[in-house]
Amino acid sequence: MTTGAEVLLWVVVPYVCLTVFVVGHLWRYRYDKFGWTTRSSQVYENRLLRLGSPLFHFGILFVLAGHVMGLGIPKSWTEFVGISEGLYHFMAVSVGTVAGVSTVVGMSILIYRRRTVGPVFTATTKMDKTMYAVLATVIVLGLVNTVISNVFGHYDYRDGVSVWFRGIFRFSLHPELMAAAPIGFQLHALAAFALFALWPFTRLVHVFSAPLGYLTRPYIVYRSRDDQLGSRKPRRGWEKVK
Amino acid sequence: MRPMAQMAMVMNLDKCIGCHTCSVTCKQAWTNRSGTEYVWFNNVETRPGQGYPRQYEDQEKWKGGWTLNKRGNLALKGGGRVSKLLHIFSNPKLPSIQDYYEPWTYNYSTLTDAPAQQHIPVARPKSLITGNDMKITWSANWDDDLGGSIDHGHKDVMLKNLGDKVKFEFEQTFMFYLPRICEHCLNPSCVASCPSGAIYKRSEDGIVLVDQDRCRGWRMCVSGCPYKKIYFNHKTGKAEKCTFCFPRIEVGQPTVCAETCVGRLRYIGLMLYDADKVLEAASTEDDHDLYEAQRGVFLDPLDPHVIRESERAGIPRDWILAAQQSPIWALINTFRVALPLHPEYRTMPMVWYIPPLSPVVDIIRDTGHDAEDGRNLFAAIEALRIPVEYLAELFTAGDTAPVESVLRRLAAMRSYMREITMGRPADESLAAAVGMTGEQVQDMYRLLAIAKYDERYVIPPAHAEQAHSLEELATECSRDFDRGPGMGGSGPFGEGSGAPTPITVENFQMLRDRQTSDTASATTSTHGRVNLLNWDGHGKPAGLFPGSDVSQPDQPDQPD
Repeated sequence: MTTGAEVLLWVVVPYVCLTVFVVGHLWRYRYDKFGWTTRSSQVYENRLLRLGSPLFHFGILFVLAGHVMGLGIPKSWTEFVGISEGLYHFMAVSVGTVAGVSTVVGMSILIYRRRTVGPVFTATTKMDKTMYAVLATVIVLGLVNTVISNVFGHYDYRDGVSVWFRGIFRFSLHPELMAAAPIGFQLHALAAFALFALWPFTRLVHVFSAPLGYLTRPYIVYRSRDDQLGSRKPRRGWEKVK
Repeated sequence: MRPMAQMAMVMNLDKCIGCHTCSVTCKQAWTNRSGTEYVWFNNVETRPGQGYPRQYEDQEKWKGGWTLNKRGNLALKGGGRVSKLLHIFSNPKLPSIQDYYEPWTYNYSTLTDAPAQQHIPVARPKSLITGNDMKITWSANWDDDLGGSIDHGHKDVMLKNLGDKVKFEFEQTFMFYLPRICEHCLNPSCVASCPSGAIYKRSEDGIVLVDQDRCRGWRMCVSGCPYKKIYFNHKTGKAEKCTFCFPRIEVGQPTVCAETCVGRLRYIGLMLYDADKVLEAASTEDDHDLYEAQRGVFLDPLDPHVIRESERAGIPRDWILAAQQSPIWALINTFRVALPLHPEYRTMPMVWYIPPLSPVVDIIRDTGHDAEDGRNLFAAIEALRIPVEYLAELFTAGDTAPVESVLRRLAAMRSYMREITMGRPADESLAAAVGMTGEQVQDMYRLLAIAKYDERYVIPPAHAEQAHSLEELATECSRDFDRGPGMGGSGPFGEGSGAPTPITVENFQMLRDRQTSDTASATTSTHGRVNLLNWDGHGKPAGLFPGSDVSQPDQPDQPD
């Protein structure tokens, strides 16, 4: 039996946040392509950034991969291909710890830099500060969970949180699984959904600009005046004569 | 053959007096916004000198442009695609703001608001980056006219190859100005470096532009351009560059820098080139052959075969005619006096230069000889190795032969025309000595010395049937932009977010903000804005002049 509060926290909130995430990105892309940028501050300061930024970004990419593994892939699948619980656990903890620590260290350097380097701090918007707070909360809670659940507790999130998370996308709702999870996981999940809701309105949109197309496109780009962004389709009767 | 049209420029360095009018008018037109304070799409460097940004020509440091890899193939000097993506979180070769200079303003209000007092009030320089007091130590033309070159003149990257012993003698005797804009290269390494694919070469006229809606601020183009002519707008987080004033070019007007050049030293025109040959030419093995290789890429606009192929490629007939009358074609090919800047970067630059003869002339005159005499000039070009070698470092990757050839032609023209001006019979042997006829020399003289506006700028306007898709022609409803998002300064995601604004309107607003603002960075307040377009000419428009009460700048004007 699930209570109303559980449904609110583990069904309503996720769907609301994910909707904001999707619609927000569509809106932002439609109306603010010009504002869609990494807003790099490297021209102001390079010494700390050179250290902190790759640490953070590569760390968080591994963390992301870990989450795709842990949340996205059912336990039965990994067991089917012969990855035992022990092996999975060892990989998750070892890679996860390295990635998590480098993420946190990198993020600490970046936040320290943002606060102490004058020009960088001046260029920080309110939205940036909010985003940093939420992002840092999510990351720190996640790392704490990893440590606690591996050192002290025995909670297997692949039987709990993961099933609930996948259920959100399959409309097979299991709020009771989340309600039974340790408080650390609950807080991490809630903070993460808050971050998703905030995401489209922050500089985090640059994640979706990862320029993978660069690997395959020709080096020199030619474009005609005709197909430039910003010039709308001509009105009927004003089309170009072919 | 794949003919394409390229808008190109040639600058005659003999005529440049280093007045910086081009830089200032360009800045007023394009980079007077906050975030681009340090940006000069057009800058004028005193050579020898470090240039702007400092020592940008040191490609061992900045890794700009292209190079040949071990297999002899053309590759980005700063690393290929995978390497670029691996370094995307922190660009290892990005110049810092200090490599350009820290932009500043003065707190003028301490002057205008000063009470009657015994001491003269002082306006202190304030950094436009931090807003704090700062000490001015460098700028875009700090070493103007060799200023301070005793201290840092030896830092000129080009002097490295000239050896130590010549340095000081050389600095005392020889100086010229080098105005620089984006080269709008045929093989642009900035375009190739852009991970987002936001920088593109316009297929109609070859102008290289940054799509501000697609740029994601990865900054690889800044490192990739060996001329350091792509700048990072630190407020919007986007790359910006010289646009070749495309809104003006599209309607047949020359660029702002060319239009306002008091020396009338700039020429603008079309070049036709074979796009299929660019890669091969840029891969030429020997640096010294790159100049000739690039000339080989150009197509003769008078060749019937070229005309036929160009028409087949969709180049309009009037553009082909313009290419035939192009002063660029004449200077590069017919008279062969224009040379590319740093062909060794292998980007196939399209802003070329006529190297200056004046250093040679000045030296002859200072020694008391006749500086207009062709034989004296020829002998001096032979004897004065240092200026020639320096020019060769700039324009021909160190090969002195083409530079000597150009200087000899300029010298011959100078001497030949003197005879005519003095009413003496023309000396055809002078023309013959540089492989020209007297008639060609006179044609060249006409183009270099007295060419009128429409001879210097042969710019076919873009086509009327394309008018709707041109950025700057107002065939859209003008209200689409008025009070749209982004018009009022900062959007919700930092400065410059929101919908794009028409170039000119934004510039006017930003300029006014900056000029009327009391703070170091541009104010975001809409108070005190005046739209002179709505002013009917009667009385003073509200808010044009600051009110006596600073807190209420919008109040109606009091009768005097």
